[in-house]
Amino acid sequence: MTDSKYFTTTKKGEIFELKAELNSDKKEKKKEAVKKVIASMTVGKDVSALFPDVVNCMQTDNLELKKLVYLYLMNYAKSQPDMAIMAVNTFVKDCEDPNPLIRALAVRTMGCIRVDKITEYLCEPLRKCLKDEDPYVRKTAAVCVAKLHDINAQLVEDQGFLDTLKDLISDSNPMVVANAVAALSEIAESHPNSNLLDLNPQSINKLLTALNECTEWGQIFILDCLANYTPRDDRESQSICERVTPRLSHANSAVVLSAVKVLMKFMEMLPKDLDYYGTLLKKLAPPLVTLLSAEPELQYVALRNINLIVQKRPEILKHEMKVFFVKYNDPIYVKLEKLDIMIRLASQANIAQVLAELKEYATEVDVDFVRKAVRAIGRCAIKVEQSAERCVSTLLDLIQTKVNYVVQEAIVVIKDIFRKYPNKYESVIATLCENLDSLDEPEARAAMIWIVGEYAERIDNADELLESFLEGFHDESTQVQLQLLTAIVKLFLKKPTETQELVQQVLSLATQDSDNPDLRDRGYIYWRLLSTDPVAAKEVVLAEKPLISEETDLIEPTLLEELICHIGTLASVYHKPPSAFVEGSRGVMHKRLPARTGSGEGTECPDVGNAAGGSAPEAAPSIIPSQGDLLGDLLNLDLPAVLLPLMGAGFGAAPAVMPASLNAPVGGGLGDLFDLGGGVGMPMGAYIPPKTVWLPAMKAKGLEISGTFARRAGVIQMELVLTNKAMSVMTDFAIQFNRNSFGLAPAGPLQVLTPLGPNQTIEVSLPLSTVGPVMKMDPLNNLQVAVKNNIDVFYFSCQYPISMLFVEDGKMERQVFLATWKDIPNDNESQFQIQDCHLNSEAASNKLQGSNIFTIAKRTVEGQDMLYMSIKLSNGIWVLAELKVQAGNPNYTISLKCRAPEVSQCVFQCYEAVLKN
Amino acid sequence: MQLPAKMIHSLFLVNSSGDIFLEKHWKSVVSRSVCDYFFEAQERASEPENVPPVIPTPHHYLISVLRHRIYFVAVIQSEVPPLFVIEFLHRVVDTFQDYFGVCTEAAIKDNVVVVYELLEEMLDNGFPLATESNILKELIKPPTILRTVVNTITGSTNVGEQLPTGQLSVVPWRRTGVKYTNNEAYFDVVEEIDAIIDKSGSTITAEIQGVIDACVKLTGMPDLTLSFMNPRLLDDVSFHPCVRFKRWEAERILSFIPPDGNFRLLSYHVSCQNLVAIPVYVKHNITFREGSSQGRFELTLGPKQTMGKGLEAVLISSQLPRGVLNTNLNPSQGTYNFDPVTKLLSWDVGKINPQKLPSLKGSMSLQAGASKPDENPTINIQFKIQQSALSGLKVNRLDMYGEKYKPFKGIKYMTKAGKFQVRT
Repeated sequence: MTDSKYFTTTKKGEIFELKAELNSDKKEKKKEAVKKVIASMTVGKDVSALFPDVVNCMQTDNLELKKLVYLYLMNYAKSQPDMAIMAVNTFVKDCEDPNPLIRALAVRTMGCIRVDKITEYLCEPLRKCLKDEDPYVRKTAAVCVAKLHDINAQLVEDQGFLDTLKDLISDSNPMVVANAVAALSEIAESHPNSNLLDLNPQSINKLLTALNECTEWGQIFILDCLANYTPRDDRESQSICERVTPRLSHANSAVVLSAVKVLMKFMEMLPKDLDYYGTLLKKLAPPLVTLLSAEPELQYVALRNINLIVQKRPEILKHEMKVFFVKYNDPIYVKLEKLDIMIRLASQANIAQVLAELKEYATEVDVDFVRKAVRAIGRCAIKVEQSAERCVSTLLDLIQTKVNYVVQEAIVVIKDIFRKYPNKYESVIATLCENLDSLDEPEARAAMIWIVGEYAERIDNADELLESFLEGFHDESTQVQLQLLTAIVKLFLKKPTETQELVQQVLSLATQDSDNPDLRDRGYIYWRLLSTDPVAAKEVVLAEKPLISEETDLIEPTLLEELICHIGTLASVYHKPPSAFVEGSRGVMHKRLPARTGSGEGTECPDVGNAAGGSAPEAAPSIIPSQGDLLGDLLNLDLPAVLLPLMGAGFGAAPAVMPASLNAPVGGGLGDLFDLGGGVGMPMGAYIPPKTVWLPAMKAKGLEISGTFARRAGVIQMELVLTNKAMSVMTDFAIQFNRNSFGLAPAGPLQVLTPLGPNQTIEVSLPLSTVGPVMKMDPLNNLQVAVKNNIDVFYFSCQYPISMLFVEDGKMERQVFLATWKDIPNDNESQFQIQDCHLNSEAASNKLQGSNIFTIAKRTVEGQDMLYMSIKLSNGIWVLAELKVQAGNPNYTISLKCRAPEVSQCVFQCYEAVLKN
Repeated sequence: MQLPAKMIHSLFLVNSSGDIFLEKHWKSVVSRSVCDYFFEAQERASEPENVPPVIPTPHHYLISVLRHRIYFVAVIQSEVPPLFVIEFLHRVVDTFQDYFGVCTEAAIKDNVVVVYELLEEMLDNGFPLATESNILKELIKPPTILRTVVNTITGSTNVGEQLPTGQLSVVPWRRTGVKYTNNEAYFDVVEEIDAIIDKSGSTITAEIQGVIDACVKLTGMPDLTLSFMNPRLLDDVSFHPCVRFKRWEAERILSFIPPDGNFRLLSYHVSCQNLVAIPVYVKHNITFREGSSQGRFELTLGPKQTMGKGLEAVLISSQLPRGVLNTNLNPSQGTYNFDPVTKLLSWDVGKINPQKLPSLKGSMSLQAGASKPDENPTINIQFKIQQSALSGLKVNRLDMYGEKYKPFKGIKYMTKAGKFQVRT
């Protein structure tokens, strides 16, 4: 006696049989027939031919039969619009039925029938149902408005249904409120600019009240709607957070995650010294952990979101590392996500545990997972310096297992470790070389070749090793070919005598026998470089490489902020902005986190992204941004690539350079504005070194350039004085910088608007940006400049005071300062003496502040003033300083601590310059 | 122009052999060919449970859950919170199980009309409508053999004619007019311990997932309070909506008007930061020697911190390395089985007698000439401990207000192994 009987058919043909039964006089038989029709529908059979017969069964007082017919109608009305019209009368009648269940059912079904003719008839019944005395009918009608809007938006607006819907937000029944919110949110999505959900403190209050009483699904709608609101101030923000936190204990994980979204967004506005802020942080961890004990599908979505949350606020889960440990029977998609989060949470405190786990994972069965685990070990080494040694030895252990893909993956990550810690772990090279033959993946081969080339002088048989790769040169992938070319050139430069033949061989393979333009070009460049100036070639090819950054795959901050606003959505699962991938989402507005409001926080730095608790400095990027795996390799090339165009024809083509004769009024005005800004905003005035001659006239066919650098109102300026000491007029000035340590680049063209006559002088100020290409220079603050005029191109280098890179929000919080000071290893500390300085500590502090060196705290010990200061560079590097000033002693002692200790020397020079001027 | 459809568009039910055996569309019909993308993913996955839960296709997203070896595949067309969909799908499965006793392909096919009515009732235009089992049962009566017979004879229906009473009240989870002759309220405190134990026997991570499941059959509108001896253990809890959160926050007392019948009152999580007692230990010696075609296998189990309660229904399973051809093992008790195809070893131990510890010893034969396996097998343990909650959680008292009668009350404790793994 089960429903499976509805699937059996007879020989005569199913449709025929059903037709007869549907038209039977017996009620029972009719009902059974409709059930058979529905059963066919559930397995995707086409029973639309029965439309008129089924519709005929609609006029009945049997609720079950009516429901079944409605089900059928919804499925097929669209393909039979003319027939569907027959049903309208019954619908309209049912909307007046005394039983609210039937009224709701009718209005609900009508809304699902996407046939224009029917929607016209729907308006009146819908209007009545929206004002029905029974809340069950009202809440059904609310959803119906969204359905109707989907079919005919204009109609809904003309009929004033949107206003009625807005009124329902104030309904006495929470279920009705929730459904009205859901319907409005859906409609608002297709009208991004309409002010449908007019969120104000009153309506927010209503929503918060309804939140406590409506069903779990309604809570999700309301929370998602709340997340779109921007509170007026931190107090309102806090009060909303307080009312939302109980949702964190809900059994429905979607409710929990929506609540997390609201809290993550609104806590952005809370002052961090507020007790409540800390409480909230603590409250967020347990529900996130609980999500991980749910079904694997839920875990997956939760993990993708946690990945975002730990990037934004690592402090929330920093003690919860263990819940991310992988169980061997977790589905693979859960394993991979957990691994990712483990790396993000890895720190000095837990690295031993993490490594032990990763090593365990590297012996599992699943190849993808094992590879990722090995890669993770490498990432740990790069992220947590103290663990590097242990990571390397773990990787060596893994290489000993001789499992092919483990070995290859290990070699790829060891290359990165060499990049991060040069000249530290070269002892392992021998072990690596043993595995040369087993490498069959391009990435691993390329990594190995890079290592051999880079350390050629320490590998006795480097030439043999590289030669062995050369045999099958044309069968290798481009990645390997390029790497091999560079490695052999490096080898040649290091051991020229023995390897001449080899280098010739590779150059001819690359330039003559290859179809690959990249390979050919690189081959030619090396060839010419080697033949014209071997010394220059050495400088270029064996140049010191920039360090690679700690975390490679962090989500870019603006995207991260947007994704945080979309926690729980598909966007958060794919880590892509919502506009990027969902079909039909037109005009999606980009959401941003609210800015912190200022109450009681005047001194705090506005840089929210970096200010997150004690971990700010950890998040700060290291000196050079990562440029991907091929970096080491490309860098060898990039230098000539930049220098070459500087030398001739390429100059005019550079996009940043505009012919000076072209009068650009906007740009000119801009320059003036910046000039004007100089006097404003800085009480003390930043230190500006006196102008010096950078390019004497003798070296530049009569053009003399002197200048200096300044930071005015947050803008870095290069102030130049151009003097024409030649006999002819100079025009068409342009300027370009070579890559430099901090990415300085002209923010606009050089504004020399009139031709410069003989013996004329002009002062120009050139605003600079710090977003240009980066290359480490020696000394660090060296800047190579090319200036062009109608006569020729001239080069000079100058050194800028690093103080002009000190940004205005460089004041660190005290706790953060303390934590960071302790956290930076002592090796990174350097001490300097500043002699003959006669300022007291107060005056010194004021003077330094003018150059964005901020005093955070002062302590007096035995007549000695200790000033603690912080500096933030334009590329996010923090420098912490301790300045000791003893009354009556003109010699100061200064200790500098920084994660990138190479800047210390320059910073010290600035201290000296600022204090003595 | 077709506007983006919100929420869940369609649902397909797919069995383990990859056939669609039910489809339901809440909006226009989506061709079942959309599932081809799912089948592709299914083919790629090494194990059924490895199919990714969110799959993008050119025009839709497929969000699926796997339960009872059936994939429930929801089709969505625009931005919908995936957790919302997954939670809803789980609710669908729970409802089916509730209605039909089991959630199998056969049961669903046997009740296809009820299934269809249920799905229609649970979702309207993609918005969840009624998902509380109490309300659903008033709208659509669960099939029983008796009712089917009666319906056939009398021609009455299995669809409720009245608006469910609970639907709009302040306590939507409870219907009015409940009546029982025997009033009873039973609570089961069930804890599952998840743990990873390393080679040397020390705990890497251990956590407890606990739930309190209730079966409440009380007349009228009873208002219950439940208090604990040690509520402090519960700092990470998820409640059934009936629990008054404010009261819990203030007094650490659970106060609620219960739904009628079976429901989960709360679930909780005791994290690895608290000390979790490990109730069982394993001594193992699983070794392969290079160049030998034999491996040794020795396993001994024993009780650890069980608070004097016995370990029951102990079951060991382990995925042995691929290189193992067969095993020749000797269990001191229970039965063991090794499947040479899947390489799955399982040993049904039964009870552990602390005086005579169970062991499984013997040899494994390996492929001749093959190198020794790289991976070490992980041992999975299942067990039960009756009358004890491992975290030590204890109910203090259960009181009823609002009704005059005296109910029967009962509280049971049980501990089970969840994902309890020992690395070797």
